[in-house]
Amino acid sequence: MFGILASIIDGVLVGSVYGLAAMGLTLIWGVMDVINLTHGAMIVAGMFGLFYLSTLLGAPAYAAIPPVLVAGFAVGVGLYWIAVHRMIGRPPLMSLLATFSVNMVLIGLGTTVWGTVLFNVPVSLPGITWHGYTFTGTHIMAAVLTAAIAGALYLFLYRTRPGKAIRAVASNREAAELNGIPTRQVLSFAFGLGIALACVSGALIATMFPFTVLSGTAYQLKSFVVTVLGGLGNPAGALFGGVALGLLEGMVTPFMPVSWTSVIEFVVFVIVLIAFPGGLFNFTRRP
Amino acid sequence: MNKSWLIAAAVLCLAATPVLAADEDTLTIGFTVSQTGALNLDSIAQLHGFEMWRDDVNAAGGINAGNKRYKVRFVSYDDQSQPGRVQQLYTRLITDDKAQFLFSPYSSGLVATATVISEQYGKLMMSIGGAEGKTYQLGNKFLFQTYTSADHYLSGAIELVKSKNAAAKVALVYSDDPFSKAVAIAAREQAKQAGLQIVLDESYPPAQTDFSAIINKIVSSGADTLLGGGHYPDGATLARQLYDQKANLKWATLLVAPDSPQFASLGPAAQGISVPSQWAPQVTYKPDFGPTPAEFAKRFEAKYNIAPGYHAAGGYSGGLLFQHAIERAGSIEPEKVAAELNKMSVTTLWGATKFSTDPKSHGLQLAHQMVLTQWQMKNGQLVKEVVWPLAAATAPAVYPYR
Amino acid sequence: MNVAAMLRRPTFWLILAATLAFALLPLRGDNVGLREDLLLAAVYVILASNLNLMIGYAGYVNFGNIVFFGLGGYLCVWLVNSHGWPLVAAALSAGVAVSFAALLFGLGILRLRGAYFALATIGVNEGVKAFVVNFSPWGGSTGIYLSIEAYKPLGGPAKALWTIYFLMIAVMGLSLLLSYGIKRSKFGLGLRAIGQNENAAIVLGVPTRHYKALVYSASAFLPAVAGALFFFKSAFIQPDDAFDLVLSTEAIVTVMLGGQGTVVGPALGAFLYEELRGTLLTSQTFSSFQLVIAGVLLLLIVLFLPGGLMGWIHRRWPRSKQVLE
Repeated sequence: MFGILASIIDGVLVGSVYGLAAMGLTLIWGVMDVINLTHGAMIVAGMFGLFYLSTLLGAPAYAAIPPVLVAGFAVGVGLYWIAVHRMIGRPPLMSLLATFSVNMVLIGLGTTVWGTVLFNVPVSLPGITWHGYTFTGTHIMAAVLTAAIAGALYLFLYRTRPGKAIRAVASNREAAELNGIPTRQVLSFAFGLGIALACVSGALIATMFPFTVLSGTAYQLKSFVVTVLGGLGNPAGALFGGVALGLLEGMVTPFMPVSWTSVIEFVVFVIVLIAFPGGLFNFTRRP
Repeated sequence: MNKSWLIAAAVLCLAATPVLAADEDTLTIGFTVSQTGALNLDSIAQLHGFEMWRDDVNAAGGINAGNKRYKVRFVSYDDQSQPGRVQQLYTRLITDDKAQFLFSPYSSGLVATATVISEQYGKLMMSIGGAEGKTYQLGNKFLFQTYTSADHYLSGAIELVKSKNAAAKVALVYSDDPFSKAVAIAAREQAKQAGLQIVLDESYPPAQTDFSAIINKIVSSGADTLLGGGHYPDGATLARQLYDQKANLKWATLLVAPDSPQFASLGPAAQGISVPSQWAPQVTYKPDFGPTPAEFAKRFEAKYNIAPGYHAAGGYSGGLLFQHAIERAGSIEPEKVAAELNKMSVTTLWGATKFSTDPKSHGLQLAHQMVLTQWQMKNGQLVKEVVWPLAAATAPAVYPYR
Repeated sequence: MNVAAMLRRPTFWLILAATLAFALLPLRGDNVGLREDLLLAAVYVILASNLNLMIGYAGYVNFGNIVFFGLGGYLCVWLVNSHGWPLVAAALSAGVAVSFAALLFGLGILRLRGAYFALATIGVNEGVKAFVVNFSPWGGSTGIYLSIEAYKPLGGPAKALWTIYFLMIAVMGLSLLLSYGIKRSKFGLGLRAIGQNENAAIVLGVPTRHYKALVYSASAFLPAVAGALFFFKSAFIQPDDAFDLVLSTEAIVTVMLGGQGTVVGPALGAFLYEELRGTLLTSQTFSSFQLVIAGVLLLLIVLFLPGGLMGWIHRRWPRSKQVLE
């Protein structure tokens, strides 16, 4: 009994971080209709960022999170102007292939430089033990930080002018342009934000689990599943989608071999894609 | 490969026969190394073993075959720990690099795929680092296994646990790869026969990094003994998370990972973990030829600044066994060398070696024995001690392990 | 599809010549190294040509196209290993079974458009891989190993490797002919209408649902047979190799590189790419570089040269459109 509850709680903790990763993906998708396939590489970038900042500078791991966030934003804006800018308005498949190719280049370079060695960021926080089950401190901290970042994002999007501008451009780019909103700047800002979210989620994942250059693919796939569950363009939905996925995993693993969770995830993915294209958590009445 | 290059090369070969004759005094051994990928730590240790053997042999003038002396030359590529690459690269080693003999890649899965190629082209391959027994049941003629078969990996740990607690509850949690699965299949049987109860029996994907769900299941099952693991990355991660999640165990034996000297860097998470080992520097075998275990360990450490684990010793011994067979055969013809290997029953720094000649399991290692080593705290430092079998033990086992 | 008319086109003879060249060149001097090299090149050409049916003609990017190759491989190896089937029967059955499954599946996921479809195909590939990992009759994550006895009916490993090679070259030739045949048929016209503007095609009365499912299924058959042959030759199959997303990706790159929508383009792109990859394979520093190069090539093509090599050649030498279709 406690085992199942422990599993579910832990699933929710980790799932929220996956939700954070997906938020970056869905934001970009919703604002500029670009499916960012460099998402996985950016998650890995965040992981390495945390690794180097914390080990080389000797800083405690969590202190490296804000720099990763800022650096991720900068990288995102840069990436926008290099590869994505030209793709706005073109058929979505072109932007898909464009970001896909950048991803290949990044992962290829990464593998050449770092090989596929496992990196680990040693973080030890006291956990909470409950009826023999321990919730590791890192999982709890990651979930707390996720909630904080998600909250900050919400405040930004709904309580500030730049946030409003982003939502306007997402809703109707031409109308926003006609209203004097500098859409190009807004798009690059939004893209930067999306990448920053991907990087910071990578950094949080790195505090919990070891990683390699290739880890990004698995988390990118998870992000797609979560994004589809939450409905694209819907950051709140993404967070809930992540929690839901974590919940699903937590409920399933006590009863069947852990290796079956991937199968279930992908079945859910394809079913939701076909049957619920708007996602399961579409609170705003968007198509 | 460009076709015009081939024609040019063909012409050059025809014109360069005298050059070829000089090459006959070199023996080319081909193999792949997992320079990158999940298996790289242990594969590179194995490579160091190979290289040390090659340097020793060449320093002594080469291999003595009949009235010719052959200097050993390696051709190797990085297989990136991937089976697909292994096949392409071994094909290249045979057809392009004209390797006369082969060493296997490291790890059972890769050995199995390389064997397909070596058997398709009829080349002799010394299998080092491949413990899974099934590979030898597929009908080979030229494959020889130096490692003790996977079936025996956990038998020592099971006997030890039984001797400490006959009512132990065992969780069998292992990586879903050919080697670990083979170990688990045998361990299941052996545990049952020892009267131990298996309360959890599950595999995880080799690339798994999040073990929290499985560890929760271990706690739920009430297990006090953990047997399993896989190779270095997952083994090290599992050990670390076991420590963080405070799984309530009295004994933990993990495969492969704890044998690497690097495992000590896990600090408190490494303490008490035991590992079935093909070899340890403290063993006291008296070799029929080649260096003693102590000599080997000392020279290896001097050369590579790190104590040798069993992967390095296996690499060195593989070369040594090859050399011995070639020298006894007096020739480098595969059939003659294979005949010598089939007859062989020797002891080296590695221990006893005898290959099965039963066509249904040709090449399987019959004589080699394993030991169980445990990381123990000695004067504030983590060291590996042999704890089983008792006759070979250098220190008593620490039970409960932490 | 008028066969007589096709026989008069230069492209047909070009395909025939290329196939014969592949078949005959390694025979000179029993060149096993060249044979192995060309076998891999043929696999890439097969994957690219069949993928082109989806990407180039119908305009649907199948990211998970490798799932056909892998399933074909698994079915064949399983039939040979567990049920003692002969190779050709097993390979053909695998092809039929996979394309039939693709037909059924296609009716479902081809409801999705554009990027959604692309993502769904990734989901399908990963889902199938995750399932096979758990499926013990197919060896789970360790896969299936064929004993060397499996080559006996073909006359032993050495002879078998040659036979498999010729079979693969035949599949390659068929892929090119299929691509060409469809292009010049009414079916192909309908596909290209879908590719250019699906809604307009629907309005014009093109039976889009059926055509899409049909081309999805058609694009599955030969890769499945190729997978069957390839994994039989490797004498072992494992989920990670069978459903390798990298190979899937490379297929897309080669199609775009060579020129999607043309017959010669994807084949040319695949051949050139595989030669490049083979050179990089043994280079210590550059073995991971194949991805970087593939990525850069793809990016440049998407940004600046969406028609690929063939697009450039056709623009530069308009007459070539008649010969190199």
